[in-house]
Amino acid sequence: MVYLTRLEHFNAAHRLFNPDWTEEQNEAVFGKCANANWHGHNFELFVTIKGNPDAQTGFIFDAKKLGAIIRERIVDKVDHRNLNMDVEFMRGKLCSIENFVMAIWKELEPALPSNVQLHCLKLTETPRIYVEYYGE
Amino acid sequence: MSTRVAVYRKEHFNAAHRLYRPDWDEAANARVFGKCALPNYHGHNYELIVKVTGEIDLSTGYVIDMKVLSDLIQREIIERFDHRNLNLDVKEFAALNPTAENIAVVIHDLLRPHVSAQMDLQIRLYETPRNFVEYPA
Repeated sequence: MVYLTRLEHFNAAHRLFNPDWTEEQNEAVFGKCANANWHGHNFELFVTIKGNPDAQTGFIFDAKKLGAIIRERIVDKVDHRNLNMDVEFMRGKLCSIENFVMAIWKELEPALPSNVQLHCLKLTETPRIYVEYYGE
Repeated sequence: MSTRVAVYRKEHFNAAHRLYRPDWDEAANARVFGKCALPNYHGHNYELIVKVTGEIDLSTGYVIDMKVLSDLIQREIIERFDHRNLNLDVKEFAALNPTAENIAVVIHDLLRPHVSAQMDLQIRLYETPRNFVEYPA
């Protein structure tokens, strides 16, 4: 079994905000991340698949094709966008990276060929903050 | 004989912005600024490197006290830019397009009055790990 990781990146605005709470509650929990006028990040998305190399190609899956799928399913929808306002698959969700990575998994997994198994998504919000999700 | 040394302090902030000229129509903005002009903003992790060049103070051994420099950057830049919308929340960009170039110039001009005239000040600003600017050039 071999694990293959493809890295893609995008830039986006977002805000951490629970619409059921008052401004004060949001401020108390999310601090400056709740700023009404948004802030933003350079996100990096590491997509790890696992499998056995194909005897003919030596690939688990063509990394170039994997990159194209990630760009079509995720990057094209989120890059230079506002995650709260512009991204259909985040509608109604709180835009934490935890929720974001789980939503990305749901978008990406069905787009992969049946012989490719998605193993892990790692999403970095800053060079110092990232999450990992294994679909559990 | 005096010894001139460059010292650097690295800081970071996260902010939203969009590249947009209100005196142009949507089509012109889209043509020049592409997806950077999208109306609902996007954002970056900005990495800021402030370079101060000067003579070593014989009494302290410092060009400038790094703690003093750090506090200055925090007060003048980070507290005003971090987790903000540069277009909407930072008054310097009310009528100035917040490109990396313009942000570097604004940061320089905000810090310059607080750094001794005997010292040179240079700003390097990373908008992404791959795009960065320096001012003065």
